[in-house]
Amino acid sequence: MSVTTLRAERPRGRTSSAVFKAFLYVSIGVGIATLGTLLITVVAKGWKYVDLVLLLEPPSADPQIAGARPAILATIYLGLLLIAFSVPIGVGTAIYMEEYANRDRWYNRLLEVNIQNLAAVPSIVYGILGLAFLVRGIGLGRVLLAGAMILTLVVLPTVIIAAREAIRAVPDSIRQGAYALGATKWQVIWRQVLPAATPGIATGSILALSRALGETAPLLLVGALTYVSFDPTILGDFTALPVQIYQWVARPQEDFRVLAASGIIVLLAILLTLNAFAIWIRNRYQRKW
Amino acid sequence: MSDTIPGVSMDRLVARQQQLPEPSQRDVVFDVDDLGVSYSGKPALKDVNLEIYRNFVTAFIGPSGCGKSTFIRCFNHMNALIPGAKIHGTIHYHGADLYGSEVDPVEVRKRIGMVFQKPNPFPKSIYDNVAFGPRVLGMTDDLDGRVERALEHAALWDEVKDRLKASALSLSGGQQQRLCIARCLAVEPEVILMDEPASALDPIATTRIEDLMHALKKDYTIVVVTHNMQQAARVADMTAFFSVERGEEGHRTGVLVEYDATPKIFTQPSDSRTEDYVTGRFG
Amino acid sequence: MATQEVSAGAVRLRATRRRWGEDVVKVVLALCALISILTTVGIVVSLFLPAIEFFRDVSLWGFLSGTTWAPLFQPSHFGVQPLVAGTILVSLCAALVALPFGLGSAIYLSEYARATERKVLKPTLEILAGIPTVVYGYFALTLISPLLKDLGLQAGVFSALSAALVMGVMLIPTVASLSEDAMSAVPRDLRDGAYALGSNRMQVSLRVVVPAAISGIIASFVLAISRAVGETMIVLIAAGGQPNLTFDPREAVQTMTAFIAATGQGDVPTGSIEYKTIFAVGATLFVLTLVMNLFSIRLVRKFREVYE
Repeated sequence: MSVTTLRAERPRGRTSSAVFKAFLYVSIGVGIATLGTLLITVVAKGWKYVDLVLLLEPPSADPQIAGARPAILATIYLGLLLIAFSVPIGVGTAIYMEEYANRDRWYNRLLEVNIQNLAAVPSIVYGILGLAFLVRGIGLGRVLLAGAMILTLVVLPTVIIAAREAIRAVPDSIRQGAYALGATKWQVIWRQVLPAATPGIATGSILALSRALGETAPLLLVGALTYVSFDPTILGDFTALPVQIYQWVARPQEDFRVLAASGIIVLLAILLTLNAFAIWIRNRYQRKW
Repeated sequence: MSDTIPGVSMDRLVARQQQLPEPSQRDVVFDVDDLGVSYSGKPALKDVNLEIYRNFVTAFIGPSGCGKSTFIRCFNHMNALIPGAKIHGTIHYHGADLYGSEVDPVEVRKRIGMVFQKPNPFPKSIYDNVAFGPRVLGMTDDLDGRVERALEHAALWDEVKDRLKASALSLSGGQQQRLCIARCLAVEPEVILMDEPASALDPIATTRIEDLMHALKKDYTIVVVTHNMQQAARVADMTAFFSVERGEEGHRTGVLVEYDATPKIFTQPSDSRTEDYVTGRFG
Repeated sequence: MATQEVSAGAVRLRATRRRWGEDVVKVVLALCALISILTTVGIVVSLFLPAIEFFRDVSLWGFLSGTTWAPLFQPSHFGVQPLVAGTILVSLCAALVALPFGLGSAIYLSEYARATERKVLKPTLEILAGIPTVVYGYFALTLISPLLKDLGLQAGVFSALSAALVMGVMLIPTVASLSEDAMSAVPRDLRDGAYALGSNRMQVSLRVVVPAAISGIIASFVLAISRAVGETMIVLIAAGGQPNLTFDPREAVQTMTAFIAATGQGDVPTGSIEYKTIFAVGATLFVLTLVMNLFSIRLVRKFREVYE
């Protein structure tokens, strides 16, 4: 009897396996390489303009003294308004869907499909909605508030979905225990379910907020101007950081490209902070039921 | 019929029985008439008739699927939380129809409390767990006193009095269950329903719960569901045995087979199904 | 603790006062839910009412079949095909990047990567997904376009290819995460059975796992394409601003979304024909993405039953 070897399969099989594995490495590699290249080039280019001038001065035709202050302030205002609008409405909708809605009713099933759909609508369509209804329709005009309202709608499906998951994760035994003690439905929700779901809701909301603050298209339609040199107010003309970056990118001069890069650094820093905060909340407070 | 059940002292059983009031002296807390429960049209329990007496420990025993948990949940409207659940027949609580048209589940659950099979403490502090009931029911006077008394009556005070602010989830399983009992006691109910309260606990913790049932009996009416026959023999004054009937299409419905004083159920059961169960021939 | 002294018939189980607070809460919460319904209604109304007005002045057939888009010229042309072609060209090229590499990344993460690798790679992909699109647009314009020129591809400053390549990479995480979810849902037993029969990892991945997860994978493909179709900033910055009916990705094109963004920014008089073009093109875009999204939702639902 000849010696049996347990060597790996026939050479042809080995080659195709190796080729396949190489393809997989390339797949992952493309994403990582792009991310790395992007970050490195942006930072390398824009770093020299990241200073107090950028943060505190308004934009100008002269790139040496141009800053992004109105844009940064507007982004912060938008963020605050966004939280104030989207969290109550989103959590309220989530509570309704998880705790009150009777799944057999057709309108509740429609609600579910509707939210799934809205989550996939391109953000520019929301911009069109804002243009037609808010800016022109009811005459609100191209103001910060309109931008905040439209971004709220963009972000609402995500907040609803995250809140629903957090509420669903609360074990039913907690609810049963609270009901058995004589609590009413709202008492059970307000005193047991919501407090237990808060870390999940907070994480989801902050992640949604972070996505929204990077949105540009809806704001363009709702009237974010690309050249604003004064500080924004809620009912006044406004711009936002992504829009300001877009304006700088569109200019061919190299200096503005550098400014755009430095604006991107600030934007990414804001988003990174928000995301890190959200993840910290999740790690510190999330309960594994 | 043998005179012994493994794990139970017959003398103790009989002695306990003699301490109970005579049938004519017993107060009826619950009067159950032709009770049935169905889920989305499928009957889970039917034709139950019995009376629960004040300051008694009443046990429901039977094989799994016989509807004893379904039955006990009728007493405090917990079945109403399950969509599609329907109650047929009546339960009278001190003469009042428990399922009357204007009955408020909150009022019912204020008087009739429940302890669950798996301890379900809230993810809050020990203090906040016990204080939850009084807070939602507006019984906020002397909250500290209420919490302390409830924990004492649940035989947990000494173990937790120094760490009331600690998370309830840091307690052991047996302690958590006693916490749940304390939580229930804090709203000053008349009746305590227990759905297999010790089945998730180790033997030592189980014994403490059973001792607690004896102690609480003086002030409360206790109804226990248990799958452990010996436990029923140890704690219950009256025992109800449920079984499963197979209907058409193989559908299983629970029925009450026999309800009597515990020693009688275990030593001289009237129904052969009861006898089969308590002698371990099935279930 | 004494039990309450009650005598038969004196027990009151009625609520002490009507709990109207509970009803108020339910109404308020339902109103919150109503907002999302109103959003959809609003989108449909705001798109289709002006679009219908538009089609009173411009024939629908001319719109769909015309190959010149020049709404402001005299004479004006309203053939939407250049815009649609631009969208399709960019989306398809982006898909050529996102779909294979996304699936490859998913297979790697699901079948090949060690736990430590996954811990690093998954967040990296999430970061990739979280970068704002305006940043990707910047990257396409300032880095990829010159790169394409240096490679001798004869692409201009603005080109569909530049935008598409970057968009494709941006969409890799979309394909990867959904596909990976679908693959993780495939039970271990299926893989173990194949391994036990002597298959190697590639065979198990391609012949067992991918077919088993195919519905989730295809759903991820459709979602990625839908996102590509609806994406605005990358094409606005890097693909070009002139409508151009072509299938050569090296040329500059204008997509539907870029047209809407460019036109909507300006001070277009309300009610003018130019204003209405925003809605006509917007409605076309919406219908396109809606069809794709509904298809993707149905796919996910249809095959989710298989393993649950």
